[in-house]
Amino acid sequence: MNRLELQQAGIVMEDAWLVRGVTLGLEAGRLTALIGMNGSGKSTILRLLAGLWRPSEGQARLDGQPLHMLSRREIAKQVTFVAQDERLDFAFTVQDVVAMGRHPHLGRFSREGREDRQAIQDALECADVAHLAGRFANELSGGEKKRVLLARSLATQADIILLDEPTSHLDVEHALEILELCRSLSEAGKTIAMAIHDLNAVSRFADRVAVVHQGRLHAVDDSARILTSETIEKVFGVEAEQARTPGGESVFIFHRHLSSASSIAAAKPPK
Amino acid sequence: MAQNMDQIAATRERRNLLPHTGLPNTGPFHIVARLRRKVAPYFIFIFAVLVLSAVAGVAIGSTHIDWTVILRVVAARLLPEGWIDLSGVSEAEQVIVWLIRVPRVVVAAIAGAALAVAGVQMQGLFRNPLAEPSVVGASSGAALGAVIAFVTALATRSALWLPLFAFIGALLALFLVYSFATRAGRTPTATLLLAGIALSALIGAISSLLISLSFVDWEVAGNIIFWMMGGLDSRTWIHVWISAPFVAAGILAALWFHRDLDLLLAGEETSATLGVEVETAKRIILTTVALLTGSAVAVSGVIGFVGLIVPHMIRLLLGPSHRVLLPASALTGATFLIACDLIARTIHPPTEIRLGIITAVFGAPFFLYLLRRRRKEIGYL
Repeated sequence: MNRLELQQAGIVMEDAWLVRGVTLGLEAGRLTALIGMNGSGKSTILRLLAGLWRPSEGQARLDGQPLHMLSRREIAKQVTFVAQDERLDFAFTVQDVVAMGRHPHLGRFSREGREDRQAIQDALECADVAHLAGRFANELSGGEKKRVLLARSLATQADIILLDEPTSHLDVEHALEILELCRSLSEAGKTIAMAIHDLNAVSRFADRVAVVHQGRLHAVDDSARILTSETIEKVFGVEAEQARTPGGESVFIFHRHLSSASSIAAAKPPK
Repeated sequence: MAQNMDQIAATRERRNLLPHTGLPNTGPFHIVARLRRKVAPYFIFIFAVLVLSAVAGVAIGSTHIDWTVILRVVAARLLPEGWIDLSGVSEAEQVIVWLIRVPRVVVAAIAGAALAVAGVQMQGLFRNPLAEPSVVGASSGAALGAVIAFVTALATRSALWLPLFAFIGALLALFLVYSFATRAGRTPTATLLLAGIALSALIGAISSLLISLSFVDWEVAGNIIFWMMGGLDSRTWIHVWISAPFVAAGILAALWFHRDLDLLLAGEETSATLGVEVETAKRIILTTVALLTGSAVAVSGVIGFVGLIVPHMIRLLLGPSHRVLLPASALTGATFLIACDLIARTIHPPTEIRLGIITAVFGAPFFLYLLRRRRKEIGYL
């Protein structure tokens, strides 16, 4: 069942279509990865799904209702989004930052109740940042900040989680930690979509893959069926050599196209 | 993790900075760090200082009046009639205390609170530490509005026109600067300051033009110049009544949006994701800023830097949460302006130094200091 979906959605900005004709449904309880080259439109699709941008044509719908008909508060209770370049620049404590995730559930002057405090504590523990609760958010390392941001969006208790490159700038261990957390969240019933560049991580962690190419949705399918040398070569323009680990997991090794490399080398400098 | 903490502590020790502030670990900064995030004690402290400076503001002046007389006059006015015996207090003393000094102190408190709260809101909204009513042109916009009220002779017809015009002027100036300086939801420091400077210059030119044209009528010109001189001399209860309701409403509106302001610090997109109706919040916050700036300027003229110094001091002491920052800044701003006004009229008697000069003497160096070190210490862009 699709809870959040785009139907023939497209968006124009400054006379150019960022994406167009995108029809994509996020299946409940599954982890969908959006892959594609830089500037292909992954982040745009996530913003359309989050209701941050309103499609110029087509529709974005949550449980059948157009997103622009809903208040930000109503959307925030069900859909949460963490942007790629989000910052934590202020001397709020981690506890305070995560508590901000409760905003959609709180009235203007009401203080956090027991339910809110429980949600905050759960989010802190789930994202493994409970031990940082008293620290100042602007003094954390990059990996800690990413986990705190994730904890904040978990505190909203939204069922649908949209992440734009949650592992960028992270070292291998912290990247794995985030991906494993997403995996377990989706197994616990959350619907997750993330834009991500690491194709090997995609094949390990994602249920479904949506390939975005030049502002269009190229294909959506189970990850095993999408992630083939052929598709990767077509979309990313690199040669993808597929190998198997002794454990049976598929791994890709990438090479620049010999033909294109040689064509650059063969081009004679202008006289 | 523990190792990580040790490393951070070690780095900090090497740079010899205090935790969480980036301030040097010496002298007065050390005391500042110790006071950090002690919210309740700070409120008790600042309230006591506010009361003390208000009493000092009434007690100190060119005519010496015994402080017991002052207390009796004030008490007689505040308490039900007949409770306090005013025998032995001359008519002149009553006039000086109740009709000259008390309203002056009250206007100082109102303007100080208004400017400080306006500063807090602007810095939060623009995510920019240098935003302040006088820096981004809101104050000069309010001043132009007030000049127009004088030139059209509306100001002499009813006292309400002055704050109303000042409010409209501040509002227009703010929206202009804001729309010039903001691209794709971001308001870069440089653009904001440049737009503010350009617009202030333009508005100032229009004000000057109106004033020079008004010289044909000496009475109007005299009114304007007297008012433009700013400061808090000859403030009466009328000035209290035309500013207090607006400032009270503005501070309440600011508190109403305290959580939105917290979230807006994280960026517009993030706050939208977390359920803030960003455009609505921005419009309401800007209108509130204009209301506060307009009412302050209408009764005190253009006074700079209060909205800069006070919020930063409180942010360093009590942290960035607006639930604490807004009321603490209001109280501190009131205290700060009462104290500045006291300095202005006692430092070189019988001449009064203009209040704007005193706040600039404190404020301008502070502004330069922030320009140098804004990123690490305050945490803004």
